[in-house]
Order: sequence, then C-alpha cells, then structure tokens
Amino acid sequence: MNGFDFDTIVRTAPYLFKVGLVFTLKLTFLSTVGAIVLGTLLAMMRLSSSRLLSGVAGTYVNLMRALPLILIIFWFYFLVPYIVGWVTQAGRPIAVGGFTSALITFVLFEAAYFCEIMRAGIQSIPSGQAGAGYALGLNYWQVMGKIVLPQAFRNMTPLLLTQMIVVFQDTSLVYVLSLTDFLGAANNVAQRDGRLVEMFVFVAVVYFIISYTASRLVKVVEQRMAIAR
Amino acid sequence: MIEFKNVSKWYGSFQVLNNCSTSVNKGEVVVVCGPSGSGKSTLIKTANALEPFQEGEIWVNGVSVGARDTNLPKLRAQIGMVFQHFELFPHLSVMRNLTLAQVKVLGRKEAEAQRRGRELLERVGLSAHVDKFPGQLSGGQQQRVAIARALAMDPVAMLFDEPTSALDPEMVNEVLDVMVDLASEGMTMMVVTHEMGFARKVADRVVFMDEGAIVEDCPKEEFFGNPEGRSERAKQFLSKILSHS
Repeated sequence: MNGFDFDTIVRTAPYLFKVGLVFTLKLTFLSTVGAIVLGTLLAMMRLSSSRLLSGVAGTYVNLMRALPLILIIFWFYFLVPYIVGWVTQAGRPIAVGGFTSALITFVLFEAAYFCEIMRAGIQSIPSGQAGAGYALGLNYWQVMGKIVLPQAFRNMTPLLLTQMIVVFQDTSLVYVLSLTDFLGAANNVAQRDGRLVEMFVFVAVVYFIISYTASRLVKVVEQRMAIAR
Repeated sequence: MIEFKNVSKWYGSFQVLNNCSTSVNKGEVVVVCGPSGSGKSTLIKTANALEPFQEGEIWVNGVSVGARDTNLPKLRAQIGMVFQHFELFPHLSVMRNLTLAQVKVLGRKEAEAQRRGRELLERVGLSAHVDKFPGQLSGGQQQRVAIARALAMDPVAMLFDEPTSALDPEMVNEVLDVMVDLASEGMTMMVVTHEMGFARKVADRVVFMDEGAIVEDCPKEEFFGNPEGRSERAKQFLSKILSHS
C-alpha cells in the first residue's frame, strides 16, 4: 500500500453510489416511514387510558430502547423467516431476503424512538383541542387524525427529521448481514482491492457530508417554522 | 332540555361537584356564576360528557349522559360548546373549522357544509375572513368563529364555558352581542360567566355555585333584585363583582 490511492475511489464510485448509497437511502426512507407509522400508533397506545394498551406499548418501547441495535438485527435475521412462516401458516420458515429482514428490523426498532417523539408531540397539543373535537361529536380516530396528529407532526417535524438522520447512520449496521449498503459496498471494494484506508476514509467523508448537510437543513426548517408561528 | 340530578364528582378524594341538581328548559338562558374553583366549568362540561361524573344523572334531550350505552358523539353533536380559550383548530382555515364536523359527523356534503358555514360567518359578522387561519384573527373574532362553528352543527342547546374571560376588555362586547342575539332567538343556553351585565340582560335564571355545590338557583329578578334574600357567600361574591359596575 503505497500512498493514498484516489484512483480506487474514482473507479469504484459509480458502484458505491448506484448500488450502495441507493440501497442505504431506500432502507433509510422506508424504515423511517414505517417506523413513524408504527411509532405513532405506539404513542397513541402509551397515552391511552387503557392500562393494558399503555402497558404493552410502554414495555415494548423500553425493551427496544434497552437492547443494542446490532443484537436486534441478528435476532430478527434469524427469527423473521420463522415468524413469516408462522403468520402465513406455511408450517416452515420462509426465506424473506436480507433487505426485507433489515427493513422489518429497523421499523420495529426505530418505532420505539419515533414513539417517544410522537408522544411528546401529542402531549404538546393542549387537551382543549381534543375536547373541542369531541364536543363537536367527532370520535377518537377523527379527533386524532384530523386535529391532534396533524398539529403534533408539524410541531415535531425537526425532531422527526433529526431521528431520520440517526436511522440513516444506523442502517450501516446491515453490513453484518452481508447486505450491500453504502458501507457494505465500500467494504467489498476494500477487501477486493486491498484499499481499506481509502475506502473507509471515503465512506466516513460521505456519511459526514450527508448527515451534516441534512442537519443544517433541519435547522433551516426549524427556523422557518418558528417564523411561521 | 338539560337536567342535572344529584350530580357528584371526585378527583381522587377531592370532591369537585357536590350533589348538584338544576335544569335548563327549552328556550331558557341559565347563567352559572361563582368564585373560581367552585366547579362551574366542571359542571357545564359534564353535560356533554367532556368531564365524567361518578354519581347522579344528567339527561339531555331525553338521553342519559352517564349511561354506558349512550352514543356520545351523537349526543355531543346536538349540543354546541364554546370554550374559554376558543379552541379553534389552528392548522385549519376558518371555513374548514366550520365544515369539518358537519361533514364528518352529520354527513353533510362539502358544498352544503360550506353554505351553512358562510351563513353563520355572515351572522357573526366575519364573512371577510373565510379563508384566513385562526392565528390571523383577534381573540374576539376567534371566539365568534368558535360560536359559528358550534352553531354550524344546528345544536338544540349551547354551552358556554367562560366565553369572554380570555378576551381583552374591548373585545368582550362583540362576543356578548352575538350571544344576546342568540338568546333573543330562543336558543337554549347554559352560560358560565362573570359578566353580570349579560346575566341581567338575558338570563332567565341564575345558578350560583360555591365549593362544588349549587348554593342558589333562582330567577334573575330574584337574584339581582333581592340582595337581602341571598346566601352569605352569594352576597360576598356579588359585592365583590358588582362594586365597580
């Protein structure tokens, strides 16, 4: 290994971006959307007056937040085929593929964090708002769907986006499943060409640029919202 | 129309409503007054089950509010409610505030709901603000929109929970004027307020509450006309509240 070989990076960039980064962004985006939906439902359960619902949701969230992500990734990688097999009554484990397995894992794991954000969001809406909705004859789902959640999402947009950046970084862990995300793709090249330093420095720079730019954008969104209010 | 029978309510061991009985007949305007913390707002909120109660019965238009099998959304849709802090939906335009429940609860067509919304905005003098958002209106205007929103459901009775106490003084009258009009048209109204001028003008009966109990429940003429016949607490309250008016 003589000197820093920029040529390796230039040569393999199309592969790294088109295959690796696309995979990472796809997984980030789908995981975030799924986790926000599940997290919002969990937040509604946590805030429910039913002890059973809030207990179940609370236990789930605390459990997920107490375990390392990498452990959950392994667990689900081996468990998901059995779960899918059981749900579909197939009587045997069903191979679901690395991407699906990773997606399910991230949705289930990140939902715990999005739940806490949405819980704070729902609690930030004065209870009189829901009261006004009920007084008009709306039911729980209408009050949530039309009055409380739209306002909660708006208030929490900066935090939701920030958590999305965390998800973006977390997705790099799927390389343990031998999936070709951005880090996985770089790792493939690094091993093949023996250019570990170049690849891992390059990966770090790209992760930094994307995350930093995204968090600056979140700041701008936050300021815009502060003015709009 | 609305009947409270021995209603009691506790927050934990603290009793907020103590054996309250009163009624609001069709076309009647009943003003509920009393010192803060006396349970007025809690009482009025039990009438549409925004506040649950543990003992007693409340009947609204022949339906028992506390019964397990009561369809609460249906019941609430028949009673309009106006809140101290307006509680307009800030993320929706004025028109959408008025049409949301008409469409979702009453099943009206969007066009019909908008027509009814326009009529009522006209009536409270705010036709020019249809497309604005609540945050762009003054407090008095917001409260008038809130009244229009409640009326858009064509309720059989209206509940007002301190509708003017969060307003700047110069905006109080524009809201009271709308309420006076409503009363003169024969709307059944239960109004929690400190506006004794309003009570004198339009109330049929005055209910005075203290420490969760109904202390006085008498016709307006008796309440204001015969101070000597009042209970000690009511005398104190009236002397404080009327000394400057």
